[in-house]
Amino acid sequence: MDFELMTNSFPKLLSATVITLKLLSVSLFIGLFIGLIFAILRLNKNIITNKFAYGYSYVFRGTPLLVQIFIIYFGLGQIEFLRSTFLWVILKEPYWCAIIAFSLNTGAYTSEILRSAFQTIKPGIVEAGKSLGIPNKIIFYKIQIPIAIRQSLPAYGNEIILMMKGTSLASTVTIMDLTGVAKYIISTTFKPVEVFIVAGGIYLFMTFIFHNLIKFLEKKYSFN
Amino acid sequence: MELLAFGDTGWGDELFYATLMTIAVSVTAMFIGFLFALIFTPLKLSKNRFLNFLANSYTTIIRGVPELLVIYLFFFGGTGAVMFVASIFGYNEYIEINAFITGAFAIGIISGAYSTEVFRGAIQSIDKGQFEAANVLGLNKFGKFFKIILPQTLRLAIPNLSNVWQITLKDTSLISVTGLVEIMRQSYIAAGSTRDPLFFYSFAAVLYLILTYLSMKLINKLELKYNRGY
Repeated sequence: MDFELMTNSFPKLLSATVITLKLLSVSLFIGLFIGLIFAILRLNKNIITNKFAYGYSYVFRGTPLLVQIFIIYFGLGQIEFLRSTFLWVILKEPYWCAIIAFSLNTGAYTSEILRSAFQTIKPGIVEAGKSLGIPNKIIFYKIQIPIAIRQSLPAYGNEIILMMKGTSLASTVTIMDLTGVAKYIISTTFKPVEVFIVAGGIYLFMTFIFHNLIKFLEKKYSFN
Repeated sequence: MELLAFGDTGWGDELFYATLMTIAVSVTAMFIGFLFALIFTPLKLSKNRFLNFLANSYTTIIRGVPELLVIYLFFFGGTGAVMFVASIFGYNEYIEINAFITGAFAIGIISGAYSTEVFRGAIQSIDKGQFEAANVLGLNKFGKFFKIILPQTLRLAIPNLSNVWQITLKDTSLISVTGLVEIMRQSYIAAGSTRDPLFFYSFAAVLYLILTYLSMKLINKLELKYNRGY
């Protein structure tokens, strides 16, 4: 055990953690909106939008995140006309490519979580709202969405942790996030175990925090 | 389409073998994962606090740390660890472990942590009466486990194991960083030499979709088989 290396690499890894957290929070935020939109499309009775939303979530959940990042980072730059549009400003940055890939990916999973949450809402609750004369729109925003959010908390907590682990793939497109820096230190010092303990410890700590945060929220918003 | 031709002119045969490699790694990893689950599930269910702690640390650490980091640990640390063990037995030559074994082992350990949780959940949800009935029938420990508990566990575990399989299959794409030529690595090589990354990565995505689709079909059949009588 090289304890000196461990103490020396800790601050470097900690500053890389900021990038990991940035990637995570931005993509979760965008992904939540994507997820909500596609969940609503899935519940829609229109067959075309329904099939489209289903196809979206099937493709993004059925392929590895690594492929998605590579398609966006290496693949999209190949399309000539994209290079001339303003989109190129975003797509030439690996950071934004990673965020796009992560958001689309977590959006697909979130849409499934929200869809099943909406479907488990008892029809009686909606009917109760209707019988009170509340307009459909208000029923949706003030009754269905809050209940769906509560229902999906446990599953969404898992998704946050999965996504946190997913952000490690950003290191494959030259972003120096926690895993990227860890790999750099490993490949320069050839001390994989020490670096793994420190970097893994930071990841575990984040998992611990998210896990307990979700648990707290679950308790706070429990029905009983 | 020319790019996908079989033979020397296209990448069809290379990608085909790469797909077989992906399947081989996934199946091996899943199998290694089952072995780990076989060891750690009893530990998780045991009343001994130390064994419990051991199994809990395994599943918590592996499920809380990114797969890529675990793969880097094995990729950079695997050779050293094996040579260290070999040196205890007096063998001091350089040992090279091939990428397949390292990769399958790394993914296997990850998949094992998920499988352990699935089996633990399945065994815990079996009715207590089943254990008691087996005792009443005078079955010995093995008969009780293999004839009564295991078949019921499998029925409950299959839907979740199918998720573990999907995760494992997708995780194998990460082994490409170690240089094992599976779908992702082959696409990377092809994309580099033809300068057509969009096509090859999209094709890789299609290959993964086909694999997940086919395995879903297969697992659904298995599920039906184990659900007979329910």
